[in-house]
Amino acid sequence: MLKILKYSFYDLMRSRWSYVYFAFYLLLGVVLLFLNNDLSKAVITLMNVIIILVPLIGTIFGVMYYYNSKEFTELLLAQPLKRSSIFLGQYLGVALSLSMSLILGLGIPFMFYGLFKSSAIWDFSLLLITGTFLTLIFTALAFNIALSNENKIKGFGYAILLWLFLAVIYDGLFLMTLIMFEDYPLDKLSLVGTMLNPIDLSRTLILLKLDISALLGYTGAVFKQFFGTNFGLIVSFIMLTVWVVLPVLRITFKAKKKDF
Amino acid sequence: MKHLFSFIAAILMASSTIAQTIEVCKSCPISSLKDAITQAKDFDTIIVKKGTYKEYNIIINKPLTIIGKKYPVIDGELKGEIITIISDNVTVDGLFIINVGTSYTEDYAAIRVQKSKNFFIQNLVLEKLFFGIYIEKSRDGKVFHNKIIGDAVEEYNSGNGIQLWYSKNIQIEHNFVQHVRDGIYLEFSDDCLIKNNVSTLNVRYGLHFMFSNDDTYQNNTFENNGAGVAVMFSKRIKMYQNLFKENWGTASYGMLLKEINDAEIIGNIFEDNTIGINIEGSNRINYKHNTFTNNGWAIKVKGACYTNKFIENNFLYNSFDIAYNSNVNDNEFNKNYWSNYTGYDLDKNGIGDVPYRPVKLFSYIVNRTPETIILLRSMFIDIIDFSEKVSPVFTPDDLLDNNPQIKKLTW
Repeated sequence: MLKILKYSFYDLMRSRWSYVYFAFYLLLGVVLLFLNNDLSKAVITLMNVIIILVPLIGTIFGVMYYYNSKEFTELLLAQPLKRSSIFLGQYLGVALSLSMSLILGLGIPFMFYGLFKSSAIWDFSLLLITGTFLTLIFTALAFNIALSNENKIKGFGYAILLWLFLAVIYDGLFLMTLIMFEDYPLDKLSLVGTMLNPIDLSRTLILLKLDISALLGYTGAVFKQFFGTNFGLIVSFIMLTVWVVLPVLRITFKAKKKDF
Repeated sequence: MKHLFSFIAAILMASSTIAQTIEVCKSCPISSLKDAITQAKDFDTIIVKKGTYKEYNIIINKPLTIIGKKYPVIDGELKGEIITIISDNVTVDGLFIINVGTSYTEDYAAIRVQKSKNFFIQNLVLEKLFFGIYIEKSRDGKVFHNKIIGDAVEEYNSGNGIQLWYSKNIQIEHNFVQHVRDGIYLEFSDDCLIKNNVSTLNVRYGLHFMFSNDDTYQNNTFENNGAGVAVMFSKRIKMYQNLFKENWGTASYGMLLKEINDAEIIGNIFEDNTIGINIEGSNRINYKHNTFTNNGWAIKVKGACYTNKFIENNFLYNSFDIAYNSNVNDNEFNKNYWSNYTGYDLDKNGIGDVPYRPVKLFSYIVNRTPETIILLRSMFIDIIDFSEKVSPVFTPDDLLDNNPQIKKLTW
């Protein structure tokens, strides 16, 4: 598995798209920091980028890589290799190279800006950690979609739809549900609703840092426990890990049974 | 004229020879403050030496100056009120007063001033108290450099740090109040000046006005209180250069204004509060040169607020800048800096070319269904906020800052 991972990783490192992705984040970081000159504002903008763009790129890139390397995969399958290690190696290769672009692309400008001396280092590391988690989750989801769909167009369509659903539509439905049932105590429901969507989950994690004063304005014991203590942070990280593990398990399961 | 001067000089000389100094210490002929007061004549000075004096119900009924040397301890042993001043021209300086009795029928205080003028209370340290300094029906006094540290947990069985009741023209400066119910409380008290105080960790309010007019408070710090400052049912209050910080919680505000008219709020800083200013039924107030940083809501307007002016304030990274619960607006917003402003300035005059709408649709939704706060900063919310911005339906459509600043304001 490690060999395949290494191969996929180097293959992607050489590819144009990784550089474009890396350059994009580098540029974004530089523009935000050196033209804006305001760290708090930069962190807010970065949050928006991370919870919208990272999932999108993760999905598209994952689906694209799978379809592009299909012939190579078929070649590998002819060798005496475990199927799970082939697919997991490819998945990790894509996810890790994307995460690396993200971390380096954003990290370098911030490092030059003097982040280590500033108090925003925790907010910033949290951003990078959630960004990495989102990459892992959405690449895994993309591999799932690609594995289940032979048709490229269909696969891309589903991938985009998945992103659109989790990034926008889900929140709309969520908001409508909350408004519809406003006469009932909703704090548990709203927290569960957040846990079921990785984008919302990462958003909540960042809100814990940025908007804690507004969040504490709401009455409700569950809310208070969740946001007022480290409980929220721990639960969110556990849920993010679950969100990585489940799709990856499905990749191995699906890969075992699939006919090529 | 010359005669008059010499006459006054003569009187001063005479009084200084008549006024005596009485010393109180454990081994002195006079070993209690009560005895010293009964033996003293008008305008005498009583010096209390270091030691512990277990006394309560000390009544100062003549103009005296009481000075503690090296903070002598007056221990009330939780039996009741400790010092009561009922004469004019009394000075109390440098005492350490502890263990005031708690009662549900009487407001026992560490030091109470009753119907007196020209009193001067300074350098006291009060601990384990019910009420701290209680000033009733008095005027022209000064309360300087006191340190009041209570141990209040619940509102119903705790008292206030400094309380003014039907008093006039009192100056309260450089006091440090902590862990009481209300740090400083003014009821029916006019023309008072409250300056350079630090009021923190109080159960209810850092500073509280009720039915008090023409008061000024400036350069104070209110941190981590149940709510920073509550100004209620008062007129013409001036609030300058105060710091309101970290008042977090469900019903927590930096400042709460209720039925306030003609006030001035200038140069204050509101930082990390759940609600910076909560306004209800307040009219003709000028908000100028204030800075709102990282608050949940910078300003929450709850109706019946007319002709208020918000001019040249900084709104920096608040989750919500302004929240309204109706779509009627009669207040003016002008020349503020909003960090959430996304417009442009093509003519380079420092003023954004597109007006800014500080009220978002989402703040209206959160007002209705508080749980939706969990969707804050979601992309869907940004989209509906944008559509509301383009054509306002739920938020007041004339609530605009027509001259939003491009750069943060400095004064």
